[in-house]
Amino acid sequence: MSKALQGGGQPVEEQGGTRRDFLYLTAGAMGAIGTAAVVWPFIDSLNPAQDAVALASVEVDLSPVEVNQAITVMWRGKPIFIRHRDRAEIEAAEAADNDSMPDPEPDRQRIVQPPPNTPVAAATPDSDFLVVVGVCTHLGCIPLGQKPGQPRGDYGGWFCPCHGSHYDTSGRIRKGPAPKNLAVPPYNYLEEKQILIG
Amino acid sequence: MASNGTAPGSKLVKWIDHRLPIFTFMRHETHEYPTPRNLSYWWNFGSLAGIVLVIMIATGLVLAMQYAPHKDLAFDSVERIMRDVNGGWLLRYIHMNGASFFFIVVYIHIFRGLYYGSYKPPREILWLLGVLILLLMMGTAFMGYVLPWGQMSLWGATVITNLFSAIPLVGESIVEWLWGGFSVDNPTLNRFFVFHFLLPFVIVAVVFLHLWALHRFGSNNPLGIDAKGPQDKIPFHPYYTVKDAFGLGVFLIVFAAVVSFAPNFMGHPDNYIPANPLVTPPHIVPEWYFLPFYAMLRAVDFDIAIPFTGIVIIEAKLGGVLVMFGSIALLALLPWLDRSPVRSGRFRPVFKWFFWVFALDCVILGYCGSQPAEGGWIVAAQIATLWYFLHFLAILPLLSILERPKPLPASIGEPVLKGGGTLAGAAAKPMEKA
Ligand code: HEM
Ligand code: FES
Repeated sequence: MSKALQGGGQPVEEQGGTRRDFLYLTAGAMGAIGTAAVVWPFIDSLNPAQDAVALASVEVDLSPVEVNQAITVMWRGKPIFIRHRDRAEIEAAEAADNDSMPDPEPDRQRIVQPPPNTPVAAATPDSDFLVVVGVCTHLGCIPLGQKPGQPRGDYGGWFCPCHGSHYDTSGRIRKGPAPKNLAVPPYNYLEEKQILIG
Repeated sequence: MASNGTAPGSKLVKWIDHRLPIFTFMRHETHEYPTPRNLSYWWNFGSLAGIVLVIMIATGLVLAMQYAPHKDLAFDSVERIMRDVNGGWLLRYIHMNGASFFFIVVYIHIFRGLYYGSYKPPREILWLLGVLILLLMMGTAFMGYVLPWGQMSLWGATVITNLFSAIPLVGESIVEWLWGGFSVDNPTLNRFFVFHFLLPFVIVAVVFLHLWALHRFGSNNPLGIDAKGPQDKIPFHPYYTVKDAFGLGVFLIVFAAVVSFAPNFMGHPDNYIPANPLVTPPHIVPEWYFLPFYAMLRAVDFDIAIPFTGIVIIEAKLGGVLVMFGSIALLALLPWLDRSPVRSGRFRPVFKWFFWVFALDCVILGYCGSQPAEGGWIVAAQIATLWYFLHFLAILPLLSILERPKPLPASIGEPVLKGGGTLAGAAAKPMEKA
């Protein structure tokens, strides 16, 4: 549209485009931006609502959980696996640190330590508790292994029966279709055996 | 076309027709509509699918008046429909089994098209609209299955929505957006109900486009050749209205028998256990009509990496998702993969065999999908998946070039009118374009 109709007398010709092209373009762009601005609230309304986000922290008392016991608590509608590991399990996890894994991560980094130089830190050196989100990173099933007698897979941690993912004693994926380790939720120690998840 | 007063009937009909030529239109498209004279019973399944759609909408509407889309109420409200609502058990069993029969009918309809080359010019858009209807049906059925909020509802939804987490970078956010939370929960159930209610009406709209495209050139036929003139066609009414009605009667007998005597045959008992977010059923399976796709999803249990470098390009999870959606994308691309000018499998001696092998392959995939994802079943699913893709990407394009079709009859009417089924024309000649 470099040549406008010669309706008004002299032909309008400009370099690279006419005034009308410019007006079409800017009006069109403004229209598109405006539409997008109006559509966004519709799309965003489908995102998790504020009450769902606010439900986002739970306090857990770990004191009744003996060595080799496991408990499951709910956080954001998902199960959280808490396992009181024995030394053998921790050593197995640390010994495997250098193995080639699908999602390499040292065991130490998967454990939240109490803040250093606090009474809590002094009381819980090297926390023996492993806290992970109990949702298989493949397609979201709940792995087995929390209850006594359930299969724990080839690496002694958890086993997801849906498509056969094996997690080790640090909750790391070792075998099967899941791409990632069981997630570690954000949590902190409030007291020696009291954590706040979320 | 209307104003020349072709519509017979009362003065009122004429008065309306002059202003809105709807009677002329109906007459033109459902009475006179010239249709090939040689359609077999395989051509019944289109109108059958339309009737099942109406049955689904009718039963769905009354179910929706009793159903409560809330995670604390949904399961019990469905049980209430089954026990207390007058005739509720019947309505729900019709709706539940109707979904299965819908897929049976549509899958037969699709395979009919595959065998007789109904996707070939000039019917590509008709075919594409059909693939779109299939996708919409899958979405509708998937979300409907979530509504009773049993164990399979919850865990099926969890596994399938989690597929989207395979998308690089934005996957997790997309999944939370789909859920409206951090797991499949009440907001998810709520929106699934809304979409389950809405999508069937979208399907109705696409069905109209599908029929519009169909009536542009009319039905294909078992010979796959174009009609040469009026002698090759007969009016739709009464010939095919009667044939469709007869087929409908047979269908309804089978449907009623299953609804009455085996209403849970195609369902899964775990869905009569209320949803529990803490316990995954030991063996999650989708409804039978998704099994072939589920098998392809699970067949990719390996990462795709650059050889010897260990650099993963496509993780197994994403690979499975791509393969599953790719299997439907291939269906959409079919008109451009099979370039053979001969439509009907009757005149394609080699294609015919590969067609049946492909049909068998789909059944094998379905069976693999119903089995646990272990050992031999994974390998079988991998082979069958590979074959599925080879069929579309290698066999059909190659057959288009290499196969020598049998001679085509000169016209639809000729073998019938001459009474002997003798085929004119000794050499294979390419399809005439409409
Ligand atoms: C394309 C058509 C449709 C298909 C394929 C379909 C499929 C399904 C399926 C598979 C179920 C689960 C049945 C069960 O296991 O209990 C279901 C449930 C349901 N559908 Fe549909 N549906 C369709 C149309 C509709 C429409 C149009 C409505 C409403 C206007 C509707 C309302 C419902 C309701 C309320 C339920 C929950 C009650 C129940 O589970 O029986 N459906 N649908
Ligand atoms: S969901 Fe756990 S292996 Fe697939």
